Amino acid sequence: MDAIILQTLNGLDKGSAYALIALGLTLIFGTLGVVNFAHGALFMIGAFCAVTLQRLLSASYTTLDETRTDFLGNPAKIETPYVEAWFGPDVGAGIIEWSVPLAILFSIPVMMLIGFAMERGLIKHFYKRPHADQILVTFGLAIVLQEIIKYFYGANPIPTPAPDALTGSFDFGALLGMDPNVIIYPYWRLVYFAFAALVIGAVFAFLQFTTFGMVVRAGMADRETVGLLGINIDKRFTIMFGLAACVAGLAGVMYAPINSPNYHMGMDFLVLSFVVVVVGGMGSLPGAVLAGFLLGILESFASMTQVINLIPGINQIIIYVVAIIVLLTRPRGLMGRKGVMEE
Amino acid sequence: MTKTNVTRRGVLRTGAVAGAGLALPTYLRAAQHEGFTNAPTGDTVTLGFNVPQTGPYADEGADELRAFELAVEHLNGGGDGGMLQTFSEKNLDGTGILGKKVEYVTGDTQTKSDAARASARSMIEKDGAVMISGGSSSGVAVAVQGLCQEAGVIFMAGLTHSNDTTGKDKKANGFRHFFNAYMSAAALAPVLESLYGADRKAYHLTADYTWGWTQQESIQAATEALGWETVENVLTPLAATDFSSYIAPVLQSGADVLVLNHYGGNMVNSLTNAVQFGLREAQANGKDFQIVVPLYSELMARGAGENIAGIPGSQNWDWKLENQLGERYTGTNAFVQSFGEKYGFPPSQAAHTCYAQTLLYADAVTRAGSFNPCAVAEALQDFEFDGLGNGPTTYRGADHQCFKDVVVVRGKENPENEFDLVEIVEVTPADAVTYEPDHPMFSGGSLGSCNPGA
Repeated sequence: MDAIILQTLNGLDKGSAYALIALGLTLIFGTLGVVNFAHGALFMIGAFCAVTLQRLLSASYTTLDETRTDFLGNPAKIETPYVEAWFGPDVGAGIIEWSVPLAILFSIPVMMLIGFAMERGLIKHFYKRPHADQILVTFGLAIVLQEIIKYFYGANPIPTPAPDALTGSFDFGALLGMDPNVIIYPYWRLVYFAFAALVIGAVFAFLQFTTFGMVVRAGMADRETVGLLGINIDKRFTIMFGLAACVAGLAGVMYAPINSPNYHMGMDFLVLSFVVVVVGGMGSLPGAVLAGFLLGILESFASMTQVINLIPGINQIIIYVVAIIVLLTRPRGLMGRKGVMEE
Repeated sequence: MTKTNVTRRGVLRTGAVAGAGLALPTYLRAAQHEGFTNAPTGDTVTLGFNVPQTGPYADEGADELRAFELAVEHLNGGGDGGMLQTFSEKNLDGTGILGKKVEYVTGDTQTKSDAARASARSMIEKDGAVMISGGSSSGVAVAVQGLCQEAGVIFMAGLTHSNDTTGKDKKANGFRHFFNAYMSAAALAPVLESLYGADRKAYHLTADYTWGWTQQESIQAATEALGWETVENVLTPLAATDFSSYIAPVLQSGADVLVLNHYGGNMVNSLTNAVQFGLREAQANGKDFQIVVPLYSELMARGAGENIAGIPGSQNWDWKLENQLGERYTGTNAFVQSFGEKYGFPPSQAAHTCYAQTLLYADAVTRAGSFNPCAVAEALQDFEFDGLGNGPTTYRGADHQCFKDVVVVRGKENPENEFDLVEIVEVTPADAVTYEPDHPMFSGGSLGSCNPGA
């Protein structure tokens, strides 16, 4: 029982990341009709927003300590962050420690701008081109973006820890009346799940309860008619691209303490996220979220030792097996709409 | 009037033969001149350095390349001479190799076997490289070693840790200075016993490829010999990034030690996840839960950050060896000085092994008096040397594996700077990590004969 609860928690956590990325992918596909293979790179850039802010806040001045030596026998260089000099050691260290949560605020305008630049500068020229062209150009863009990140940050993962108050783990079992230390779960992963639920809820509320959202939903259903009504749907769709970039970026920022960011992390998620979108149904936002959590949970259960011992290798293929089964039984995915990508 | 017997069929036949001749790889044609592949004819000799310049191990590859450049500089008489000063053999005098100035070309392995073979082939066929070195992945090293054997050039392996490189996949033209998974396990096991006792239950997470398998097999055998029990060994996909679902069941398994047979990004992520799940603070079977990473590098330690604190592992070499353990490790400080002055930070173990391999090759050529790979191989076989930072070392002739002391390290609790991430726990003498050439973990292959390419 405890193993099942633990893997369900894990699945919800994994699913949070899948759902957030797939949600952005579906937003772009549903509004602009573009299959965006650079979406994983946006997730990666989000994580590097956290790295960048951590570095900015840790910017230091150097002094020499004559009493100590470095590895070459020269006087040791002591780095003191400016924020510690300006606000005192405790407050300064606290600001640096909270760099990941602060990076949420930092990343929103950055990701919006990157999203606008991508859409206006490159992707809009491919709206009328076949999906194959869109995939090629966005995949190329993803490679360019990750190489830029590698040039500035290197290939090695960069530790980006969560604040001390949110590290460590929570005794979930004790909450359910079990023995202590039976179900231990990291605080930050719980924070990630709650944050993902908040972002997903906010996106749905924005689309459901605002006039802007209503127009976008109308445009997703019938772009031509909305245009004929005199509404500049292209402008709104550009904003949606920025919003989708923002969702991916926020997913990346909050993921940084879970696994140290590296330039390749977007590619690691990209294929899985596409499977999530296809299983959920192309263009369906609830489908993307549902499939994200479903596949996350299934992946977690397939990694259980008992399951691997029963079916060796199932952990490596479970997502693709589920995708095949879903597509064979429901060719449009779990919540796919008729007519999407069927022309 | 002269009658010419030119026929359509004759022209086609001649053309086909000529075409085939032109298409013959350069190294086969070059071999016909001097009796071996890419025999240097001018006043220079070209070495090929094949390292990951892109992909996940690009930072490690960059450090290897720095070491190669430094070695070439020293061989040509530049810089402060580095370990040429401390090397027990005094044949290298800064005038290149056999009086020929050393030049080099570089290739990008991308940490992919096919790309690594393509770049090595290009360096041999187009650039005339007479020796290939480099690494950072055992899969790549085994693939390139095989190519060098076919082409008739020497392969001086860089960072490759799988038993197979000098085990079932060993080749007569290939030589490894770096240690291997068996040696890691043999060195680590006694330290694990002294740190954590002989009554332990281990849970293994293992990267599902050649290095992971041999690393797991080695550490399982060594710890079971101590009396440890192996509770489970779970193979994880090489492409995995989030290990939470593999880590979560560990505490419920009855294990009290987690062994992470992961390298590079895999290790950084699995260790980070294990620490997040509270394993480092957990209690199991009435003992403190422990995490062990049999092999890790300084770069991996940097990626793992504070999570590496207290985690035991093994290394081929450490830049602090001579300062902390004395003259036995002569050469370490000379290399650190040269490297540090040139690049501004201490060298990694990957850099060290690549530098040492370049010097060892140059010395073997000098002693052999020839670049012929078979003469070089003969000079390297059962060669005993010192002064390259690892203490007295032997290049065993039976499998072309170097035998030397192994460094057991532990992540430092309070590092003073980003280069001070690991501390040396102890150094295991070479005798304790030496095995017979026909040891079961290394069986299944044979060196074969040296191929000069002729």
